[in-house]
This record gives sequence, structure tokens and C-alpha cells, in this order.
Amino acid sequence: MDAQKILDARIPDGSLEAKWSTYKAHMKLVAPANKKKYTILVVGTGLAGGSAAASLAELGYNVLNFCIQDTPRRAHSVAAQGGINAAKNYQNDGDSEWRLFYDTIKGGDFRSREANVHRLAELSVNIIDQCVAQGVPFAREYGGTLANRSFGGAQVSRTFYARGQTGQQLLLGAYSALMRQVDSGRVTLFPRREMLDLVIIDGKARGIICRNLTTGKLERYVGHAVVLATGGYSTVFNLSTNAVNSNATAIWRCYKRGAFFANPCYTQIHPTCIPQAGGYQSKLTLMSESLRNDGRVWVPKKTGDGRPPEQIPQEERDYYLERKYPAFGNLVPRDIASRAAKSVCDEGLGVGATGFAVYLDFADAIKRMGELIIRDRYGNLFSMYEEITGNDPYTVPMQIYPAPHYTMGGLWVDYNLMSTIPGLHVIGEANFSDHGANRLGASALMQGLADGYFVIPYTLGDYLAHENFSDASITHESFKQSATEIQNDINKLLSIQGKKSAKEYHVELGRVMWDHVGMSRTEKGLKKAMGNIQEIREEYWQNLYIPGASTLNKDLEMAGRVADFLELAALMAQDALQRNESCGGHFREEYQTPDGEALRDDETFSHVAAWEYAGSSKPVLHKEKLVFENVTPGQRSYK
Amino acid sequence: MITMKTMTINLNVWRQENSDAPGKMVPYTVEDVSPDMSFLEMLDHLNESLMKKGETPIEFDSDCREGICGACGLVIAGIAHGPKRACTSCELRMRQFRDGDTITVEPFRAKAFPVIKDLVVDRSAFDRIMEKGGYISVHTGSAPDANTMPISKEVAEKAMDAATCIGCGACVAACPNASASLFTSAKIAQYVYLPQGAPERKRRALSMVQQMDVEGFGYCSNHGECEAVCPKEISIKNIALMRREYVKAALDAGCFQP
Repeated sequence: MDAQKILDARIPDGSLEAKWSTYKAHMKLVAPANKKKYTILVVGTGLAGGSAAASLAELGYNVLNFCIQDTPRRAHSVAAQGGINAAKNYQNDGDSEWRLFYDTIKGGDFRSREANVHRLAELSVNIIDQCVAQGVPFAREYGGTLANRSFGGAQVSRTFYARGQTGQQLLLGAYSALMRQVDSGRVTLFPRREMLDLVIIDGKARGIICRNLTTGKLERYVGHAVVLATGGYSTVFNLSTNAVNSNATAIWRCYKRGAFFANPCYTQIHPTCIPQAGGYQSKLTLMSESLRNDGRVWVPKKTGDGRPPEQIPQEERDYYLERKYPAFGNLVPRDIASRAAKSVCDEGLGVGATGFAVYLDFADAIKRMGELIIRDRYGNLFSMYEEITGNDPYTVPMQIYPAPHYTMGGLWVDYNLMSTIPGLHVIGEANFSDHGANRLGASALMQGLADGYFVIPYTLGDYLAHENFSDASITHESFKQSATEIQNDINKLLSIQGKKSAKEYHVELGRVMWDHVGMSRTEKGLKKAMGNIQEIREEYWQNLYIPGASTLNKDLEMAGRVADFLELAALMAQDALQRNESCGGHFREEYQTPDGEALRDDETFSHVAAWEYAGSSKPVLHKEKLVFENVTPGQRSYK
Repeated sequence: MITMKTMTINLNVWRQENSDAPGKMVPYTVEDVSPDMSFLEMLDHLNESLMKKGETPIEFDSDCREGICGACGLVIAGIAHGPKRACTSCELRMRQFRDGDTITVEPFRAKAFPVIKDLVVDRSAFDRIMEKGGYISVHTGSAPDANTMPISKEVAEKAMDAATCIGCGACVAACPNASASLFTSAKIAQYVYLPQGAPERKRRALSMVQQMDVEGFGYCSNHGECEAVCPKEISIKNIALMRREYVKAALDAGCFQP
């Protein structure tokens, strides 16, 4: 197979700044009257899926929109707290599209595509305009203009926010645009549906198979293109900040139908989460990165210092981020903050009941600005923290520890956000495109909305205008075959009738992933993990127990997802093992600088690793070379 | 932070096979409940043990488990989302209860929220209310610069207070009339406060209120139960505002002819 040919990213010619406008000027259009003849299947209703479905319907396409929740408004984008970046330069502090582009490329440790990231920076300003016009109540100054705050990895203040509920407000904005189109009849909603397969006809993505989660029946949907916006795969770690139903099944099934999976080992472990407390936990809760604007991170200087925090005097505290990274201080990027927390805890300096926590302290900020201002900025986060831990962060420092949060890896897409399967477009966290090896805070919302509102409406039209489509219906042989295979898998899962629940296996898998494919990785550990994953997987298919039948049955849903996680986990470990360097969220202990920072190997690894499914054989690795014409990859420094 | 002592909790849980089958309360005893568990983690724990005994687990909706998605919704000890104020079912911790307590667990009941199974209900009526005007009609790409129209901080905060609704339906479950007025008024109020909402203000008030009736939600008679259980503390003042908006719009449209 000619890998180079397949992995053509189709980046437009011209200067970096001109690529997107050149593309738009030359793309093919679908005539207005013809748009309604095209049916687009959009899977997912988060920031990417919801905004894409709404915008495509506005253009006149016939859109079918699917989600696993009971309503589109609950997609997990809703939980994003801190904010959304945009190069508006409203603060007059020197921001520009170039600077946002550069910060994002550098933040991703020079492992993303220049052209995609620059387009993202260009579109960031349109997103804010769009959301304000929709009635998103962003925070404002007394004079009535929009307020900003700072986020990690940037020295300008470019993050727009709505209290600690920015994701919720942006999602409700996209949801409102979507519901307007539902009313107009151009979008049909299919809630409580889980996509279980992609149907390919004549080499093109033409349909999906869904399980109706209420009735348990398999349903077939046909269209002219599929847009996947099903989010990331952090729940492969079991405990993560994602929702309990977030899963990798849709992208994984597409991978098994031929879509390449890019950089599966690039995962983000978020530095500020509430630490683990007990084995009963179903998820971990994020505390927004925005807290690092005013909170100071520290541990005691002495190992095993058992004193309560207020009794530890200033000179016996190590504000290790401020000490190691004076230029960025507490606002270093996430991967760096997480590793620093891990390393102080590994040295025995951690605090709390387990020793796996560090303090995030607001005492100085409260002294300086008063409790009222802090309450205004972070009130809902503080009360959420108190709800969960029973401690009041206004008087006692928060305890935080890193947790799996976001996955930069995902299905490979070209500049047009199309995967290696013609017609299958992938947007938002589900693709790999913009964040390289590490995502900066407040950039996920930006990417999801840029893809959905401003990229896919153009690039999908270009695809449709170029293609000729055969008549396809849900009685096509490909639909029959796929439905039969999926039904067989479900029957097989139900028929095992073993002794352990899917949840128990998920916990076991999560432990292996956290220990060996988490914040820091070694060749030995990764090989061990691959063995362990294989063992768990074999046992899973022998000893799984699912109660009930194929009706509304959340244990059956979970069982299918865990089966896919077990396969994905192996690919993540394999990808991490072949990438013999450290970059961003991928830290291989063998490859570090003398002071413990990530050591890249640009000679060998300045590429996207895209994996092709090969059935029972080993997946095949293809490489897309990353070309840097506008920035020079350097050792990332936040000192 | 970690409390070692565990509790035994007695539950009476609504079990219903499907929307047509009759339901009933079924008693369960849950051992080894940690006070740090959330209420839903306690139910997970019970479900795992039911599974081990070959019994069918209790179905309930949940997703984010941090109080923002609005998927979870249980009537716990007779109160929508349980006894703690401003708290969703998923955020409620077992430390709110005492060892040996007996707690009833029921779905969010309303004519417009039919039970699908056990504690899972169909709240799609809310989506249909939103379809009828819960938006500002702005095409993607047609927006002016975001700072073109200044909005005072006070107004933005008021709009945000209303916009914070998570659409869980506790207001409906708590209301003796099963009214959706708090939910609907929160969206109407957000767009009344913001200048962007002005062009469609009357149309929105009329059609959203009308859809509430179509869905079979009851009228508001000022009990205030909705505000008391709202996990986001949305104020009942929004309902008063919605009524003014509705009457003004209806007068304008000539709905009240002598």
C-alpha cells in the first residue's frame, strides 16, 4: 500500500495566512436548490456535532443528528469549565492570530500541522462573535465589553468565559441553533442512539448502524456523508474527568472499517482534579485550570510532613511551579504541571490521605483581593469542591492531583477534516488534528466550534460537489452484513454468562493504563501493559456477565464499550512504545533532558503516526511527515 | 477527607419494567456505604451486588456526574434531587444521611415525563418547548464583532443566572401541577435581558408558553416548590417575568379581543 499517497493531508498552497481563504475561494459549491437532496448523518451533539448539524441545516442540507444522551443538550462539552480562547486582543496585551497560532503549536510540542492550527487561530475570533450573537452570556466588564482571563501556556489574556460554566453556555448556544433547525424541519434528532458501525458502499461512507438504547433494536440510517463528533477516549482509563457514558466505540468501529487512527498515545492528564478517594468512585472531577490564575500550587519541603497546611510556615513550603518555571509560574501548560505534581509526589512530598495530592492555595489571593472577588470568579467551583470533599477551599487549601481528561489523538483527518474513508468526516475531540502532543487550556471549545460552525460547512460541501453518488438504501447488502455482524457481537456478549461485570474489567483495564500508559511511560512498562491488556481481553470474552436482555440495558451498553476499550488500549500502548521520544503528554522516561523535561527527537519522530487496522494481524503504521515552514521547532521552555 | 466508617442504608426503589407495565416500590438494603459516596455511586454499588445475585439492576440516567449535564434526576426521600439544596442527585453525598436510614427513590413523575424503565423518564417535551423559540435566529457567520454591542455587567449576570438551567426537570417533578414554567421562563428571561433577544421577544413568549400546554404540563399556581428544588437556584421571579412577557405579547397579537 502506498502510505504517502493515502496520507495526503491536502493542505492548500500559498502562504500560511492565505491557505484558508484560498481554499474557500476555490472550493466547489453545491447549488442552493440541490442541498436539500443531500442527507448528512451527524453523530454527536456536543460543541462540534451540535454546531455542525445546525450550520449544515442552515445551508439547506437534510441533517440526521444522533446522540447517546436523552437530549442533545447533555453532550459532555457541557462540563467544560474554564473558557474559550480567541485572538481578539481586546485586552491590548499584544495578542494576534499569529501569537495564538504560535502558542498552540508550541503548546502541542511541535507535533501538529501548521496549516490546521493557523486556520483555528483565524477562526477563533468568529466563534466569539457568533456565540455573543446567539445570546451566550459571557462575563463582562462594568463598561459592557467582554472580560478575559489567562490560561496555561499563554502570556496574554485571551480566554473568554461564562463563570465556571463556559462549556455549558457554549453548548446551549449550539443547542439553541440546532433546535431552531429542528423546528424548521431540516434536522431530525435521534436521541438515545449509540452508533455501532459505519456502512461503506462503493468505497464511500454512506450510512451508520445505531442501537436504539430504549428498545435495544438495531436501526439503519443512510445518507451521503457521515460526520463523526463523538468525542475523545479518556474513559479508557476508567477513572477520568469525562462523563460515565463517554466512550470510543464510534471512532473505534470506524477504525475497524478502515479509518486510520492517529497518535493514539497522545493523551492529556489534567493537573487540577480532585484526588481519588475510594474504590467506589465512578469518575474524577476536574477543577478548572482557571483556578491557577489565582491559586498557588505547593507541597511541604520536608517529606512526610504531617502538619495541617495552615501550620506549615511559608519558608517550609515549596511553590515548585513558581520555582522551576519563573516566567509562567503556576500557568505552565497542563502536561508540565501534571508531571511536576507527579514528580513531587513520587519523591514523597505529596499531601492528603494517600500522599498523591498537592495543595492549590487561595490564601494569598483572598488576602490580596478579598473573598468576594474570589467568590465571584470561582464560586461554583469552590462549592463543587466542598460538595465532594467536605472541605471549604476558602479556609483550607484545595488538594488536587492529575487525572485523564482529554485525548489529542483520534481518527486521522486531512485539512478538510475527512478521514481516510471518503465521506467520513471527523470533527472535535474525535479527530487528531490541532493539538499535537498536548492541548492548551481553553482550546478544546475553540476547536470543537471552529470545526462545526466554520470548517465542515465548507469542506463537506466541497466533497459533495465533487462526488457522484449511487442510489443507496438501507436494504443494501453492506447494511445487511454490518447489522448481522453487530447483532452477532451483541448476542455473543449476552451469551457469555460468566462471573464478572463489565465494570470490574473496566476498573482492571484502567489500573493498567494509569500505571503504564499514563503520565509517564517506559519500554518495560508498555510491554507489560500490552501483556496485561491481552490477558484481560481474553478473560473478558470468557467470563463476562451481563444481566438482562437486549432492551434498555446500561450494562449491555457498557459491555460493548469496554470490549472496544480493550482493543484501543492495546493500540495506545503500541503507539507509545514505537514513539521513542518524549513530547507533550507522551512522556517516555528514557527520553528526558537532564532537568527532567520532555526530550523530542525531531529527526525521527516529526510525524503523525497513523495506524491502519489489519484484522487479526498487527496494525500497520503509516506516517504523515510534519513540515514546519513558518516556525522552528525548539525545546519548549516555560522558564 | 476519607471517612472510614461505613453505613447501612435501606432503600425503597420504584421498579417498572417498561412504560406500559405497572410499577411498584421494592425494598433493598445496601451495606458498606461510604459517607463520601455520591448517591448515584451508592446505587452503582447496589447494582453491582444485585448483579452478583442474578437480579436485574435498577436503571437510572446519569452522565457527567458533576452536576452540569442534567441527565440524572431522582426523587430522593420525597424531594426532587434529595434533601440538600442546590444540588443534583449525582452531587448528593451519602454523608447527608445516617446509618440505618430508609430512603425512598422514585422517578421524576409528570404526565409529560412518561417512565421508560425504573427511574428513567422521557423528558423530550423540554426539547420540543425549546424548538418553539428557545433560540436567537442568527445564521452562522453573520454576526457582528462581539464588542459592538456593550452589555452591562449587571445585565449579563442576570442573563447568566437564568441561563444556568441544566434542563433536569426537577422543577416539574416538584410542582403539584407538574408545570414546566420555571424551565421555560428561565430561557425566556435570558433572552429578555440580553439585547440580542429583542427582535423575537414576543413571538418567543407566545410559542414557548403554548408548547408547554401542548405537552401536557400544568399551570403555575405559585407554590414555589420548583425554586426550592432547583439545583441551579433559578428564581421564581423568572416566571413572573414570563407571564408579563406572555400577556404583553398576547395583547399585541390581539389574542384578548373583547
